[in-house]
Amino acid sequence: MSATHAPTEGQVPVETKLEWLVRMHEIRFFEEECQRLFTDGSVRGSTHLCQGQEATAVGGCAALEPGDTMTCTYRGHGAVLAKGAPLDRTFGEIMGKANGLCGGKGGSMHLTDVSVGAYGSFAIIGAHLPIAVGLALGERYTDSDRVSLCYFGDGATNIGAFHEALNMASVFKLPVVFFCENNLYGEYSPLANTTPITDLADRADSYNMAKAIIDGNDVDVVFEATREAVRRGRAGEGPTLIEAKTYRHKGHSRTDPAKYRPEGELEEWLKRDPIVLLEAKLAEAGVEQGQLDALKDDAEQRVVAALDTAKSWPDPDLSTRLHHVFA
Amino acid sequence: MSTITPEAATTTATYRQAIIRALGDELEADPSVFLLGEDVGAAGGPFKMTDGLYERFGAGRVMDTPISEQAIVGAAIGAAVKGLRPVGEIMFADFAGVCFDGIANELAKYRYMTGGQVTLPVTLRLGGGVGAGFGAQHSQNAENWFLNVPGLKLVTPATPADAYGLLRASIQDPDPVLFFEHKHLFNHKGPFPERPAIVPLGVADVVRAGTDVTLVGTQAMRFKAERAAEALADEGISVEVIDPRTIAPFDHATVIDSVQRTGRLIVLQEASPDGSWGASVISRVVQENFEYLDAPPRLHAADDTPVPYAENLETAWMPTVRTIVEAVRATVAY
Repeated sequence: MSATHAPTEGQVPVETKLEWLVRMHEIRFFEEECQRLFTDGSVRGSTHLCQGQEATAVGGCAALEPGDTMTCTYRGHGAVLAKGAPLDRTFGEIMGKANGLCGGKGGSMHLTDVSVGAYGSFAIIGAHLPIAVGLALGERYTDSDRVSLCYFGDGATNIGAFHEALNMASVFKLPVVFFCENNLYGEYSPLANTTPITDLADRADSYNMAKAIIDGNDVDVVFEATREAVRRGRAGEGPTLIEAKTYRHKGHSRTDPAKYRPEGELEEWLKRDPIVLLEAKLAEAGVEQGQLDALKDDAEQRVVAALDTAKSWPDPDLSTRLHHVFA
Repeated sequence: MSTITPEAATTTATYRQAIIRALGDELEADPSVFLLGEDVGAAGGPFKMTDGLYERFGAGRVMDTPISEQAIVGAAIGAAVKGLRPVGEIMFADFAGVCFDGIANELAKYRYMTGGQVTLPVTLRLGGGVGAGFGAQHSQNAENWFLNVPGLKLVTPATPADAYGLLRASIQDPDPVLFFEHKHLFNHKGPFPERPAIVPLGVADVVRAGTDVTLVGTQAMRFKAERAAEALADEGISVEVIDPRTIAPFDHATVIDSVQRTGRLIVLQEASPDGSWGASVISRVVQENFEYLDAPPRLHAADDTPVPYAENLETAWMPTVRTIVEAVRATVAY
């Protein structure tokens, strides 16, 4: 599975958007399977699902090119798949299998596939923002024009590392795209209870940084905004803070039924489901419903087949637990 | 041996000069090495530990950063993942508290939790050490904070030659290294060969041979141990002094070999006793070499308090030559 790259300028062809749709379906089915796996107890620990946020993952990663890096959070299954990690090895990691992306040593919250540019999922809020700055610094140091895309949630904008990272990236004019997926809740708390502003991208102003506040459920909008931020980074114009307003359909984690959400809120957001929005646009552009349905069915079958493959893999050899502490 | 090898010419250098030389030599030898930290560039370092390097190598390789320890550590991690060898400076080791997450949760674990997909040749230089009147937040030796974090190498040089050799080894090492520089030793002068050697990590130095008791200490404690050993020699007590030089990996073999001969062990530590490398060394000797011991091993550590400011309080807080001599006498008399 490769990332769904798209043109660096001009109109995006319908064929590319169909690829985006397929990838969004795959992520949705992947997350639904994950939920089943956790619910029936066949996988361990916790998981943080991203149903409803597929457009930020797919639209953002589509604006990258080979050699660019992507880092994300523990709610990162979608981003890692969007960057091109294979479905089966991603399932395998979550199931703790030998053939998982990290050999079963990372799990749901640490999915990483450096071979496709997915440099890591980090589970300490905000901790990876300085690392994303370092990835960009490394590119600058070697005179490369590659950029560093860094996903994080709204909650991360209240932690110190966010501010240190944005400040350093801006003062060094580094090619970082800070991509805030504002899903309106930091764990169980609505944003207004924890944060005195509603547009988090306004924090870019403190760092003399370019910003964009966008509809995170419209993959076209996400792609365009990220493409512009990537262009700025490559051109040496410095970092950008993108805030994509979106919504997670599920609770914070496996054990959260999300009862704190006001009645009707989820239903309103479901009307703006990113997959529904994209399908409607494609239908409007002349794509037959039959083709859309077929793409969805194919995606589901690929996900189910990948899960079957992952289930067939062995557990990690016990000796591997001692490997990779040091080089 | 019939071949005569002329001794390499030896001069002297201070600890600070040795560190500047090591950084300069690594910057010279490897274009992927760069320095970053607060005022390490144009100002030559808050302690002048990078003096002249900005002029030699330029702002692109000796980078002044904001006062942002989390960003310094993160930037070093990211750049290392991209194949570079960053050397970050945390001005005072105490400030590691600000970026503890970056060191303990990211730097130390990133390789492991990705199943070996990344390599992290990061060196962080941290100024530690008691004895200069800096008070509780600018004095402590922080290496024990990191003792229980698998994935880090902890280096504690005492002499100028070791500071040079261990720093070069740290920068060349493929793994994360915390390199603790002792503030009270910055102006310490010692023998320094014209062509100083790289000193491998994890190899202790038997500083003085002895038969009655083994004294183990790093940095300033190593020198106090030597002075105590000198004084005790007049009383007919023969003290072996070992400087581990690195806390992790720790050269247990050298310590155990010594204790098997002396039967007595005292570990000196310029830090509080609990949860420390000194406690770990004693634990290991007791577990594995109990039958060789003629007296209970002793951890002669600092008081279990923060570092006080007033000179007499600060001096009394940690082992001194006098208290070390007393500890050795008591152990020998057991």
